[in-house]
Amino acid sequence: MNEHELRGLIGKVKAGKMSRRGFVQRMMAVGIAAPFATQLLVHSGVAMAQAKNTYKPTKRGGGGPLKVLWWQGPTLLNPHFAVGTKDQDGSRLFYEPLAAWDDEGNLSAKLAAEIPTRENGGLSADGKSVTWKLKQGVTWHDGKPFTADDAVFNWEYAKDPATASVTIGSYQDVTVEKVDQFTIVVKFAKPTPFWADAFVGTRGMLIPKHLFAEFIGAKSRDAPTNLKPVGTGPYLFREFKPGDLVTGVINPNYHQANKPYFDSIEMKGGGDAVSAARAVLQTGEFDFAWNMQVEDEILSRLEKGGKGRVQVTPGGNIEHMQLNTTDPWTEVDGERSSVKTKHPTLSDPAVRQAIALIIDNKSVEQHIYGRTGPATRDFLNNPQRYRSKDNPIDFNVDKANDILEKAGWKKGSDGIRAKDGKKLKFVYQTSINQPRQKTQAIIKQSAQKAGIDMELKSVTASVFFSSDVANPDTYTKFYCDLQMYTTTMSQPDPQLFMNQFTSWEVSTKENKWQGRNITRWRNEEYDKIFRASEGELDPVKRTAMFIKMNDMAVQNGVVIGIVQRPTVSALATKLNANISGWDNNTSDLSDWFKEA
Amino acid sequence: MAGLTPASLTADAPAPAVAAPRKNRPTSPWQEAWRRFRRHRLAVASGVVLLLLIAAVTLGPFIWPVAINEIDFAAKLQGPSWAHPLGTDDLGQDLLARLIYGGRISLAVGLAAMVVAVVVGVVVGALAGMSAGWVDAALMWLTDLFLALPLLPLLLLLMYLFRDHFKRMFGVEGGAFILIVVVIGGLRWMQVARLVRAQFLSLREKEFVEAARALGASKLRLVVGHILPNALGPVIVAGTIDVAAAIIAESTLSFLGLGFPSDIPTWGSVLRDAKDYLDIAPHWALFPGAAIFLAVITINFMGDGLRDALDPRRVL
Amino acid sequence: MSRQYIIRKILIMIPSLLGISLVLFTVLAMAPGDPFEELATNPAIPPEVRAALRAKFGLDDPVWTRYLHWLVAMIQGDWGFSFVSRMDVDKLILQRLPVTLIVIGSSQIIAILVALPVGVLAATRPYSLFDQVANTLAFVGFSLPTFFTGLLFILVFSIQLDWLPFVYRANIDATGWQFYWEHIKQSIMPVMVLGLFQGASLVRFVRSSVLDVIKLDYVTTARSKGIGERKVITKHVVRNALIPVVTLVALQLPIVFGGAIVTEQIFRVPGIGSLLISSMLSNDTPVVMAVTFVIACLVVFFNLLADIIYGWLDPRISYR
Repeated sequence: MNEHELRGLIGKVKAGKMSRRGFVQRMMAVGIAAPFATQLLVHSGVAMAQAKNTYKPTKRGGGGPLKVLWWQGPTLLNPHFAVGTKDQDGSRLFYEPLAAWDDEGNLSAKLAAEIPTRENGGLSADGKSVTWKLKQGVTWHDGKPFTADDAVFNWEYAKDPATASVTIGSYQDVTVEKVDQFTIVVKFAKPTPFWADAFVGTRGMLIPKHLFAEFIGAKSRDAPTNLKPVGTGPYLFREFKPGDLVTGVINPNYHQANKPYFDSIEMKGGGDAVSAARAVLQTGEFDFAWNMQVEDEILSRLEKGGKGRVQVTPGGNIEHMQLNTTDPWTEVDGERSSVKTKHPTLSDPAVRQAIALIIDNKSVEQHIYGRTGPATRDFLNNPQRYRSKDNPIDFNVDKANDILEKAGWKKGSDGIRAKDGKKLKFVYQTSINQPRQKTQAIIKQSAQKAGIDMELKSVTASVFFSSDVANPDTYTKFYCDLQMYTTTMSQPDPQLFMNQFTSWEVSTKENKWQGRNITRWRNEEYDKIFRASEGELDPVKRTAMFIKMNDMAVQNGVVIGIVQRPTVSALATKLNANISGWDNNTSDLSDWFKEA
Repeated sequence: MAGLTPASLTADAPAPAVAAPRKNRPTSPWQEAWRRFRRHRLAVASGVVLLLLIAAVTLGPFIWPVAINEIDFAAKLQGPSWAHPLGTDDLGQDLLARLIYGGRISLAVGLAAMVVAVVVGVVVGALAGMSAGWVDAALMWLTDLFLALPLLPLLLLLMYLFRDHFKRMFGVEGGAFILIVVVIGGLRWMQVARLVRAQFLSLREKEFVEAARALGASKLRLVVGHILPNALGPVIVAGTIDVAAAIIAESTLSFLGLGFPSDIPTWGSVLRDAKDYLDIAPHWALFPGAAIFLAVITINFMGDGLRDALDPRRVL
Repeated sequence: MSRQYIIRKILIMIPSLLGISLVLFTVLAMAPGDPFEELATNPAIPPEVRAALRAKFGLDDPVWTRYLHWLVAMIQGDWGFSFVSRMDVDKLILQRLPVTLIVIGSSQIIAILVALPVGVLAATRPYSLFDQVANTLAFVGFSLPTFFTGLLFILVFSIQLDWLPFVYRANIDATGWQFYWEHIKQSIMPVMVLGLFQGASLVRFVRSSVLDVIKLDYVTTARSKGIGERKVITKHVVRNALIPVVTLVALQLPIVFGGAIVTEQIFRVPGIGSLLISSMLSNDTPVVMAVTFVIACLVVFFNLLADIIYGWLDPRISYR
């Protein structure tokens, strides 16, 4: 389906000649997932449908306790300080954003009265402002009313660098103004196609002004409410032991009728993923377990216990391999992998091509990740409308041998190919995580068959992912030839995600290796397309740009997708919980219930 | 010196016990010990089993020439069969080959780390126990310091400082081996040191030592000939326990990325990989577990034999 | 053993602990990693946030200034502020302390209570059936890592037999007997796993040191003088054999405070061990520093105590 046809269909819906449902179905037929079809409509000025409602209980409470297991427990409960998803998930028991992303990538209103659209006047035509109408009659857990002042305060709080909030990125470049007691307007400096960042989803949870107003800026750490949240969410705070336990009891004044179903919640932390899966699937001690980073083989066997099931929710996270474009073994001006160098062997396109050919994604999926890691070669996979169809998985050791042979890489007596005295020997690093080490083993074996030697290196995650300037083993330094890890995509929009290949993001000594372009690949055309996408308000054109960017990175052998990493959870058989791949695991907690 | 405490009823008796064989026969106490050790059936049998185990891991690859990293998904998680006598792991790799290969590393690491720990511990403990005063205070400060060091950050620091140098000097596996032995041995000597020192404090005041001192024995002679043999009991036990601890610690280090690369199997790391499959494929954990146990039990029985043989008071 | 000696030793503890704290701090400060791992992989968080946080927590200052800050604060009773949880370290530790003392402490006590008599009994009848059984169990105890025995226990007692829960919950909402029963039930497995591991090596040490003294002439003499066997053993043998045992127990007791990392992890016991490991993995230096410094103090204290007890066990020991 090309751009023209798409526009035709959208026009029909607008004119009322075609139902929204019909449109979505047509889109799905050509491979565009429902949520993104609806997004297309939103951006083109069509109102968004109500999110589907599967909630069955007819009264509040009565569901008994809900026991959930996070094998890394929340360590703090202020959403603006939430270091990881575990902290956001824990904060979400008590705090809510204006709107949340559901499992299909639709926005659903939480503290907003409605989702802004072009039709309801929420979105301006120039793409430079969003007007949010807030839900009225919502109260904080301590009884104070929730108003526009709270929303504006959250912006002031988060954007102040002295507060040291981790949400600053979503708030520092916008201005927020109060229009009336229940209306705010978010203004952007430039036309912004992706407007649903501030106040939405993981970064949108709102804290009460009356309890935090005195603790803005440098005093932020002293706020007593940091440790005992007072929010608007379905549960009232009871107890918090960092890393171990968060408990709450039902909020009798929750702003949604008949919700929540459970009378109390207990979020237990600690341990490891496998035993967490056991506690839900095998013994039923718990109702829900988060982030099942467990081999599918084990999960399937545990599921046979009959006490629970595994739920897989697609998202944008991608386990991928990066190929260094610079030379990691030569030091220039005090840094290795300097952009002033070129990789001695990987700079040959034939070598890059061969490496792509020896990656057996299908086996990695089938034997390691299973349902928890669908194979892919693309970097950008979801939302589905951004997925390229031009990068099929091609695993072919013979072809790799052929290409290398033709390019002049001849096998030596040790079976390793070499050319001009340079051997195809690579150091391949990743963080410590059993499936990763197994993936390394699989890739190393097929590399061997193609005459490529790989030395496997694994670094403790806490070191690998740190921003420690002094350490050579961090992934941003990339002091080796190949590396593999999962990069996360926390919003259903690829803008931030795709800046990982722009030239100004290159990770160097100068920026203390904080740049996001780790492969150090630089390409003028890519930069140009990326710049254009930032201001492109036409969703269809913008989509095409992202697909093009993905294809450039993948086809130039800069990055090779291995498997997608969807959200995997373990649920007790009767538990009904909507998990979103684009929001926190607990984003829809108010709607969780147990089937009778 | 105090000589009237209840423990010294037969004040001078132990001294001749040490010196006696020397006068009567031209055998050294160590030869005498070897003679006694040979009589210790359990110890000798254990020695034979341990030798067989060492032979198996060194000669094994010639008898069972299967690659340790040959991935075969068709054969994954299989129990013992003719093709794979000990079964396979979840990548279909042959466990027998992996355990043979891993045994070399595990046994070498276990024994070498034990030697490092015992030697350092005995030297530090003996020095502290003999010299007292500020030397004792300084050495015990060092011991306390090492006992208090937080392992993980220290290991990460050591790896970060030395891994690349060692790798350059001794290769990937050699570098990892040396580093692991130094790290495990270097972090386990404190127990031995405290034990030896405590024994020395007590022994150096005993009558037989006084007697030897009065006869003009040099300090070194006193330590090596008289005090040390009497202090070895707990040292041997500590040493034999250290072997087991080192084999397990190696797997933890490798698991943390601080040891051998992940594709190199060792007994400890195979056991660790197998643990999540304990109810699905019990054989996977059973064999490395049994191998570690066998090594530990033989080394311990040998230690017992050694202890009995070195016991100067014992007539077997 | 004079009182003067003890006082001098206690005074030496102060510079000694200062020295240890300096080394500990340097190791932690130089160890690779920083607390903001998860921020790094999240594309929505600009790198400046990480840089700002590092600056805010003083991670970019030179080590010696950071150490002085820490020392001055510590002297004033300020234990520091956790980077990760953004709360006071002493609060974090106090939350974990009761569970640690109960679970790890009781496993230690059980280990000592079982290992002492078993070791003595085994040594009085070397190579008897009892000795062999005790030894073999001990070998099993220390040759199998706790991550393995713990899992084995879970598979047998929780999953196959369904007798015991394997997730430790500090917030049991029962009262009276039920409350204690639930707590005991969930403590059984972690206590057993740890007790087995710690008791195993202790049995071996006790056996060996009793063997060392049991054939000593004065014991034989005492026996020949008609003193009852039981009395001989308790009065003469055990007392002299206790020196190594005291040494070992003194070495193990500080660990009670430090918790048991692996076992706590397996059973989700919210003890100091799991706090320590998660703080180490997230490079939450203030927490790690506080816990290790307390451990250091305990190590120094218990070793001093051991020195004093040696003098009591064997009055001839003199500290010159």
